[in-house]
Amino acid sequence: MILNFMTITLTHFLLVSAVLFSFGVYAVITRRNAIMVLMGIELILNSANINFLAFSRFGGLNIEGQMAAIFVIILAAAEAAIALAIVLNIYKRFNTVNVDEVSILKD
Amino acid sequence: MNLYDIIFYFFAVVTIASAAVVVFSRNIVYSAFSLLFTFFGVAGIYVLLNADFLAITQLLVYVGGILVLILFGVMLTTNVVSVEIKTGTMQTLPATIIVALLAGLLGGIVWTTDWFVGKRLSEVTSQTTSKEIGTALITTHVLPFEIASVILLVAIVGAAMMARRERSNTNI
Repeated sequence: MILNFMTITLTHFLLVSAVLFSFGVYAVITRRNAIMVLMGIELILNSANINFLAFSRFGGLNIEGQMAAIFVIILAAAEAAIALAIVLNIYKRFNTVNVDEVSILKD
Repeated sequence: MNLYDIIFYFFAVVTIASAAVVVFSRNIVYSAFSLLFTFFGVAGIYVLLNADFLAITQLLVYVGGILVLILFGVMLTTNVVSVEIKTGTMQTLPATIIVALLAGLLGGIVWTTDWFVGKRLSEVTSQTTSKEIGTALITTHVLPFEIASVILLVAIVGAAMMARRERSNTNI
C-alpha cells in the first residue's frame, strides 16, 4: 500500500488511536494501583472516541459517530465516579489500593 | 504538508508522549498530571476531526471532572507524606509481549486495510456541529439521551452512598 505518509488521512487517526489503546491496555495489565488501572481505562475510552470521530468524519457517518462519542463520555464520567467510590471503600477496608492484594474472595 | 498536517502531528505527539508518561511513570502523581496533557491532545484531535462540541465537552468533562476525581482518589488513597507514592508493576514481561503483539495487530490492520474514503482533512468543509448535535439529541436520539440522564443520576447517587463515611459499622 503506497501512501504518502505526510498527508493526513483516516489511517493516521486510527494509528494514534491504536497506540493510545495499547498504552491503556498496558496500564490496565501491569499496574497494581487501582487508580492507575482507572487511568488506563480512560485512555482506552479516549482511543475509542477518536475512532468514533474519525469514522464519523471520513466514513460518511456525519453526526452519528459524534452522538456515540457523547454517550461514551457520559458513561466514562459515571464509571469514574462509581470506580472512585469503590476504590475509596477498598482503601477503607484493606488500607491498600493494590488490586493484587485485594483477594479475599479467592480464599 | 500544510497547516492541518502540522497541527495534527503536534497533537498526536503531545497525546502519545504524555500517554507514555502516564503508563510508564513510577510516580502516580506524575501520571495523573500527565493525563491532563493526554486529554488536551485528544481534544485537539477532536477539533481536527471537525467535532468542536465534542472537544469542549472533552475538556469540561475529562479535565474538569474525571481528572479532578482521579486526583482526589490519588490524594485520598496514597500516603503522600510517606514514600509509598511509588506504584509497583507486575507481570511486566508478558504484558509487554502481549501489548506489543496487540499494537502490531491493530496497526497492521489499520495500515493494510483499504479504507472506504481517503479524503484529505482540509478538503472537507468545516462547520459547527453544536446545532446538529442538539437537534439530534431531542429528535432521533431522545431515548439514549434520557437513559443516559437516568444512568448519571443513579451513578451519582450510588457513588455518594458508597463513598460516604459510615457513622457506625452496625448498619452495613
